[in-house]
Amino acid sequence: MFGRAGALPAYDPKTDAGGSSDFLTTRLETMVSWARSNSLWPLPFATACCGIEFMSVVSSHYDLSRFGAEVVRFSPRQADLLVVAGTVTDKMAPVLRKIYDQMPEPKWVISMGVCASSGGFYRAYHVTQGIDEIIPVDVYVPGCPPTPEELMYGIFELQRKIRSGEMSRDSRSAKRAAERPA
Amino acid sequence: MSAVATPSLSAPAERIRERLSTSPLSERVQVRDLDLPTLEVSPADWPALARWLRDDPECRYDLFLDLAGVDNLRRPGQKARFEAVVHLHSLPRNEHVRVKVLLPDGAPPSLPTVREVWPASDWFEREAYDLFGFDFPGHPNLRRILCHDAFVGHALRKDYAPGQRWFAAEEDLKMPPWALETGAHAGHFETQTLSIGPSHPATHGIIHLIARLDGERITRAETQIGYLHRCFEKMSETHTWNGVIPYADRLNYVSAMNNGVGYVRTVEKMLGIEIPDRGVLVRTILSEFSRIMDHCVNIGANLVDIGALTNFWYLYQPRETIYDLLEACCGARLTVSYVRVGGLAIDVPEDFVPRCRSLLESIPKFLDDVDRLVTNNPIVRGRLQGTGVVSREDAVAWGLTGPMLRASGVPYDVRRSRPYDFYDRFDWDIPVSSDGDSFSRYLVRMEEMRQSLSIIRQALEIFPEKGPVNSSDWHVVLPPKDAVYHDMESLIYHFKLVMEGIKVPRGERYEWVEGANGELGFYAISEGTGGPYRLKVRPPCFPMMAAFEKIVVGGTISDAIATLGTLNIIAGELDR
Repeated sequence: MFGRAGALPAYDPKTDAGGSSDFLTTRLETMVSWARSNSLWPLPFATACCGIEFMSVVSSHYDLSRFGAEVVRFSPRQADLLVVAGTVTDKMAPVLRKIYDQMPEPKWVISMGVCASSGGFYRAYHVTQGIDEIIPVDVYVPGCPPTPEELMYGIFELQRKIRSGEMSRDSRSAKRAAERPA
Repeated sequence: MSAVATPSLSAPAERIRERLSTSPLSERVQVRDLDLPTLEVSPADWPALARWLRDDPECRYDLFLDLAGVDNLRRPGQKARFEAVVHLHSLPRNEHVRVKVLLPDGAPPSLPTVREVWPASDWFEREAYDLFGFDFPGHPNLRRILCHDAFVGHALRKDYAPGQRWFAAEEDLKMPPWALETGAHAGHFETQTLSIGPSHPATHGIIHLIARLDGERITRAETQIGYLHRCFEKMSETHTWNGVIPYADRLNYVSAMNNGVGYVRTVEKMLGIEIPDRGVLVRTILSEFSRIMDHCVNIGANLVDIGALTNFWYLYQPRETIYDLLEACCGARLTVSYVRVGGLAIDVPEDFVPRCRSLLESIPKFLDDVDRLVTNNPIVRGRLQGTGVVSREDAVAWGLTGPMLRASGVPYDVRRSRPYDFYDRFDWDIPVSSDGDSFSRYLVRMEEMRQSLSIIRQALEIFPEKGPVNSSDWHVVLPPKDAVYHDMESLIYHFKLVMEGIKVPRGERYEWVEGANGELGFYAISEGTGGPYRLKVRPPCFPMMAAFEKIVVGGTISDAIATLGTLNIIAGELDR
């Protein structure tokens, strides 16, 4: 996607002409997705055990900042990746939905661990049987809890998805609307 | 019913019976001797008995440990369908006692509140109301505590289906009534009601704090919990005794090993089996390492809240090295599920002892460095010293245990007071502070980590190089796979254990371990089937969280956040 041209005139400060010989040709979508995929701002919706493993992932040993996803934000207004780490109960579900709604587009969701993905082994009267009952999920990471490597793999998969996907959800829904028979 | 002495009454039970005979209650309380002295009483006499138990100079049961509801619907031969089972501890006499309040059939289950006697009972009574539908006349705030407000029915009753859910909408998450009242200065900016949580970085887990502020001072506060109520106790009733272990490990997931050990000790005591020394020592060593891990996270997270992020990254490093040891033993880092009833899942790796020794060498450096960075740091001292003060009397009345109680000057540690495993053989100290503030809780935890290292060092000295880690009672422990393939008897044992689970004799038991944040008790009832009939956890951070709203009133909101970090609240254990 990146290109490099041959020799161009060097930048001349007197005339303010010429300039760097580096330029790139690409699609805007590719460029934007590439940038987005490497600057995820996660909101850790850490409810339980998985939250402790999430702490490991962002801590010194596993150091998620190597992959551009360490700027942990606790305000949904500043985050574009919701990491749901842990069991979500029916009491917590409205809170999760509200936080998801408060996040600006574009936004992605990683469901970390089996509890968030399916309720896990809590087939019980107070546990949401998977957060996809209430919000859309982009990547499911299995494990109870997933090891840090597994969560990192999940984040790589999400990055891949962001890079190969549409620039925004709006364009997706616009396409669907266009395809719909009148 | 009169207090008739049965010939087999043990010494503590006999003493209570004798003492009771001098009081006007003697005719109405029955003394039984189970694993603990057990008093049976009717709801009407319960407040009088409670007062007597607390105030009688020969009893002084001052520490309220737990209140468990029991539904005897599928347990024939009991005196009443519903029982409220209370566990108490006497600090002066160092004795546990159990009281069963038998709720008569034919009327809605109801018993008077004993909040006036033990303030700690407040939240436990709300829990029994929520999960069993017990009414507590006289309780000023009898609302649901764990389940959401749109919940219908009482989940731990035996006729409630485990999977029956009720959905909550946002408007079903109710605020306490006082928070909605508009006071005289309601429009004024200085007087406002602040809602912190349930998803908030400073709450470390999902807790909802509602505080009324006058400027920056908190004039009234209430915490709402239950956002992680994932039905541990109901789930345990639908699993085998060994099947509960993964659930138990997810109670306090920061130090999972201690939970598993506490749970299987309860079952092993009911079975009356002994574990080989090697197995016991592995449990002790890993439990103490888990305690260090837990304190690392607690101190690190608390320091993050007051702006010292470095220590968090720094303290996470020893935690990672301990994870490596756990991973080598059982394959999991966090929720280990390493213990089994009768021993361990598998033997430790060959290099277990050298691994432990190398940790013993590496961890003190981290503790010393953090000590140098933090202990005399003026900002830390300014934030923690003199804030979140809990007096000795309050700490006992509120039912606190663990580092919080010890930081308030009470040297109560069940590893010493009611020793289990090999703790009475080790030479170690209980760090105690008399200030009761946030800073002394930090100091107590720092010293406890060093004491844990000392315990591990001594445990390694007597650690047998070779030998079994599991009991060889094949009614409890799976026989070796080799024998299962070649020997009919072993195959049968294996089949019975896998298909039916361990047959624990009928009865009940309360056992305890010192969890990282206090006395972690398990009260189990067996009906002789393959799984628990009822399993109640005594979560150490439940009374702490209940006390929080009392500790922070009068202080500033920023102090409340710093104080919350020193309590060591783990939502998994708090909400179960």
